[in-house]
Amino acid sequence: MRKIGVPVGVALILVWCLLPVVWIISLSFKSQSAITNGSPGFFPASGDGAGWANYVDVIENDQFRRAILNSIGISLIATLLSVIIATLAAYAIARLEFKGKKFVLTMALAIAMFPVVSLVGPLFDMWRSIGLYDTWPGLIIPYMSFTLPLAIWTLSAFFREIPWELEQAAQVDGATSWQAFRKVIVPLAAPGVFTAAILTFFFAWNDFVFGISLTSTENARPIPAALSFFVGQDPFNRPASLLAAGAVVSTIPIIVIVLLFQRKIVAGLTSGAVKG
Amino acid sequence: MSTSYVATAGEDAQAKKRGKKGAPSADSERSRGENALGRKLVAPAIVVMLIVTAFPMLRALYLSVFNYSLTAPEDREFVGLQNYVTALTDPLFWRDTGVTVLYMLVTVAIELVIGFVFAMVMHRVVFARGVIRTSILIPYGIITVVSGFAWQFAFSYQNGFVNGWLPFLEADFNWFGDSTPAIIAIMVSEIWKTTPFMSLLLLAGLAQVSEDMIEAAKVDGATWWQRLWKVILPNMRAAIMVAVLFRALDAYRIFDNIAVMTAGAVGTESISFLTYRQTIEQFQLGIGSALSVLLFLSVILIAFLIVKLFKVDLAQARQES
Repeated sequence: MRKIGVPVGVALILVWCLLPVVWIISLSFKSQSAITNGSPGFFPASGDGAGWANYVDVIENDQFRRAILNSIGISLIATLLSVIIATLAAYAIARLEFKGKKFVLTMALAIAMFPVVSLVGPLFDMWRSIGLYDTWPGLIIPYMSFTLPLAIWTLSAFFREIPWELEQAAQVDGATSWQAFRKVIVPLAAPGVFTAAILTFFFAWNDFVFGISLTSTENARPIPAALSFFVGQDPFNRPASLLAAGAVVSTIPIIVIVLLFQRKIVAGLTSGAVKG
Repeated sequence: MSTSYVATAGEDAQAKKRGKKGAPSADSERSRGENALGRKLVAPAIVVMLIVTAFPMLRALYLSVFNYSLTAPEDREFVGLQNYVTALTDPLFWRDTGVTVLYMLVTVAIELVIGFVFAMVMHRVVFARGVIRTSILIPYGIITVVSGFAWQFAFSYQNGFVNGWLPFLEADFNWFGDSTPAIIAIMVSEIWKTTPFMSLLLLAGLAQVSEDMIEAAKVDGATWWQRLWKVILPNMRAAIMVAVLFRALDAYRIFDNIAVMTAGAVGTESISFLTYRQTIEQFQLGIGSALSVLLFLSVILIAFLIVKLFKVDLAQARQES
């Protein structure tokens, strides 16, 4: 049973995870005229192939280029700020005894479960009155709030595992406290911080609700929102293959990160969520 | 008594407890300093988290008792609980709540089963671990909007492949023409995207189950099925409950897939989408805020029910106590 079960299971997992990805790639190579006329089937029928035409269109589309730029900028800034703030908080939670520790952890948990949509109405109103509507900071701030819980949980779980007494040991051996911190603690803490950063980036990159509610122009509109607003010339027949090409382009950063750091991401996801 | 600075956090806490009983001087001063530093370090995080949650939520509470439309801001008038009465007596609200609960129950149940199978496979597999890990993270990392598009086009009779692959369907079957198939299509996208996350949480739980115990049950003659139900599952209860809690609350907020795949048409609208439509598309901040408050309350209710019903102990699950 086990001998056949595991390889079959592996095959199932691979098909499950990759089939839709292969499909969207395949779709992105169907020509736009074939899409308009209807071209069912997993792979482009002969004569319906478009080569790289859809990708060229996507890259040459100003709206889309701008959206990529917005997404990269907003996600990176939000990630950086969120991880810095979360590192401070997680250090305190893992290392210090202070009143209100439980409160912080409970609040982080509560916010992680918060129904995001219930906030966009009032935020929309507030952001418009203070001039944050349709700007980068207008998205960075909510992204920070909603990635902090995950970052704090992940980081405090990591920090709890660090053998902090090494810092003192280094000092006993003659290192200054700065050297001890930089040469001993930073290398030990870096993987955790890095993992938290990846998870935070994923969240910001994936966000849709804030992206469509708090922006109105290409000034700050991120990729998911731009993709959903892109209708092409014929609003009743969406340019599926063009959208597919856009979707593939917007997924490339995720795939690169996953390929490079899969081990760290899994460790971060599981250590942050379940330590039983 | 004063356990030098070398103490780890745990020992430190013990030292403090002992310190409370007797010999206060040096220790209590230190703990006061630690208290202050701790608060200073968590303060920025608390402020940022509250700016975007507590404050807007209070604002929603306030706006929900007004008749307030952004298209006519001057006509704002106090109407008391009228918005709540309007929402709660509207059949649309209840239909959308029902649909949302349906999304939640079905997707979480299916994800739990498939996620567990995936976790078992990943737990047992000895080859190609990197490849599997990489593939399982792709749906997790992919933008939900992209997943929605991929599945919408896959189910499309004009350009998709699903109708061609399912022999019992006509080639021109329109998945998005009627509510049941449209809801199924949305669920497929949701399940595809989030099962990997579920399976990783369950994998972490599975790793906690001691192999010795499973072996012992095997020696005692337990069948594979018995080992699963009597040994493995009870021992990873905490992990399962945490995964269910997280995913259920996440599923209740379903929005992205609906927005992309049907825009709420043919009865696929969820409560989140209804709230969004009222506030952002129709600029009805009064009734929209009332819906926001109701959505918030229903999430709390669900969290409460799951924690109480299944006796989830989050602190214990995360060794926090």
